[in-house]
Amino acid sequence: MAAITMKNIVKKYGDGFPAVNDVSIDIADGEFMILVGPSGCGKSTLLRMIVGLEDITSGDMIIGDRRVNDLAPRERNLAMVFQNYALYPHLTVYENIAFPLRLAKKPDAEVDKLVREAAETLELGEHLERKPGNLSGGQRQRVAMGRAIVRQADAFLFDEPLSNLDAKLRGQMRTEIARLQKRLGITTVYVTHDQTEAMTLGDRVAVLKRGVLQQLATPRELYENPGNLFVAGFIGSPPMNFLPATVEGGQVRLPFGSVEIPADKAERAAGRGLLIAGIRPEHFEDASLAAAEGRTGSTFRAKVEVVEWLGNETYAYIPFESPDEVKAQLQQLEKDLDGEAMRTQLVVSLDGASRITEGQEAEIWVDGRRIHLFDPATGENLTVDHAHAGRIPGAEVPAS
Amino acid sequence: MKNRIGLVVGCLLIMVWCLLPVAWIISLSFKSEAAITNGSPGFFPSDGGGAGWANYQAVWENDQFRRAILNSIGISLIATLLSVIVATLAAYAIARLEFRGKKAVLTIALAIAMFPVVSLVGPLFDMWRAVGLYDTWPGLIIPYMSFTLPLAIWTLSAFFREIPWEMEQAAQVDGATSWQAFRKVIVPLAAPGVFTAAILTFFFAWNDFVFGISLTSTENARPIPASLSFFVGSDPFNRPASLLAAGAVIATIPIIVIVLIFQRKIVAGLTSGAVKG
Repeated sequence: MAAITMKNIVKKYGDGFPAVNDVSIDIADGEFMILVGPSGCGKSTLLRMIVGLEDITSGDMIIGDRRVNDLAPRERNLAMVFQNYALYPHLTVYENIAFPLRLAKKPDAEVDKLVREAAETLELGEHLERKPGNLSGGQRQRVAMGRAIVRQADAFLFDEPLSNLDAKLRGQMRTEIARLQKRLGITTVYVTHDQTEAMTLGDRVAVLKRGVLQQLATPRELYENPGNLFVAGFIGSPPMNFLPATVEGGQVRLPFGSVEIPADKAERAAGRGLLIAGIRPEHFEDASLAAAEGRTGSTFRAKVEVVEWLGNETYAYIPFESPDEVKAQLQQLEKDLDGEAMRTQLVVSLDGASRITEGQEAEIWVDGRRIHLFDPATGENLTVDHAHAGRIPGAEVPAS
Repeated sequence: MKNRIGLVVGCLLIMVWCLLPVAWIISLSFKSEAAITNGSPGFFPSDGGGAGWANYQAVWENDQFRRAILNSIGISLIATLLSVIVATLAAYAIARLEFRGKKAVLTIALAIAMFPVVSLVGPLFDMWRAVGLYDTWPGLIIPYMSFTLPLAIWTLSAFFREIPWEMEQAAQVDGATSWQAFRKVIVPLAAPGVFTAAILTFFFAWNDFVFGISLTSTENARPIPASLSFFVGSDPFNRPASLLAAGAVIATIPIIVIVLIFQRKIVAGLTSGAVKG
């Protein structure tokens, strides 16, 4: 058991390109930390630097109270689960799990006891004599985890462990990993590009983009107080809507009409000209339903192009035009998020009871208190609540 | 159905074509010397022309021949072992490491493999006599190694490249040194490649005639193929064809044994299940 501290970690490859740039993350003992980001954001590189498979160009990597920068992987006492499991195909499941113990020259009796315990935990007991080639994907995954838990390492490292499983199994293994981690109480670093895994598993989540740490916060903080456009767009599904906006008095002017926002938010964004407003789909509602529940907020009328009814909720798509200045920024964002340049449209999530139909001019209610306003040039969230946003590098001093 | 018949007939034709000389050698080895001299055209020995196991017994009791078998087995096995060990290490380096001159190593290896064997015999003969390797086991082992290494390196480095790098990294994270990861994970996984290389090397060494006859002068190191050519019976004008045939048959037995042993190790698809399925 140990805490892991990364101080100003930099990884530069031969061509001088920084794959990881000045990342500082502190992981407490027993904490479940997620590294998340689109492909190429440096999350796997960072993980491999923790375990020692990549050299660290500069910065300090501290595990427990040891600086491990120059230690070989085997001296770091970490356990890792690889994306493709990396099981040893010539060994049985038993010997696969026992491999680290055999290398540590543990006596046979102890090896046997530990392997059987691990197999028990992971329900692998009946497969111990089989070869990995004869196992299903989920079983291989469990063998890989068995090999990790058997040796009482200081920390677990997972490199996208579920990405090779089908959707159903992925859900099951996700819960399994969460349960295992809670039970063993071991420090865990988990790399994923799947935001569901990030939100559900992590005590805290580090969002990375092109090697730079964007925000380090709990899943709730990330969702409710994204530090910038990137985090806002990355976390949440369907993603947050981004609209061109200008603030006038206590009102935000959107393509569909004006929405009232809280005074303190309006104040922080005042006089900045054209901004980007971010509104999550679920902060809209069918105006008639919202009124019935007595919710306060602004409403606007817009023509609904497509409606997707899912039973418990309804997604409505409303196209809009945005000025070039905002469009360029949003297209860049889309690229950063690995997405395809889609049309500018508003996705609103309505209650399943809503009777809005396609082609209809509908009245939509919007929760003005939940609107975020972003600077289109820097992407910075102007309305972020710093007390509940974890750590946002570059914006550590809360704007007063 | 029609296709099947065609297939069977085709296979039979090819087998007859390939195996007829072998069958004939076996047939010859069971005929008596006199019968061959007088002409014995049938596949089975004619009446009174059969020799039974007499030829085999005679060959086996010949000291020169026994010594040659020993030489061949010893030289081939040592050359194979050394060649495979060196090739495994070299191929691993080529597959895994980035170093200057990697391409040069591979190109030179290929060039050596293409070099005509005969052109080296003269220089080697001179050199070996000067350094005292002429007519010794090492004198044959060294040229065998240098001609089989390139092929072994190429075969093995292809095998190593197939093994996911994660295997090794996983081993290192599990607490293995680089050497342990290589020995306990990489080599077992590359076993089919190692045995393929071993068979090829053994074949080359066992079948070689040019070096065998040029770089030896006595039973000290003379291998079977060369030795058979020195096989002269009591009458120098009448070569003992039936004895030679028996000797040739005996000489193929070790090859068959080796192939059968190694073939079991060449299990295709050994790496399946290492990574995602």
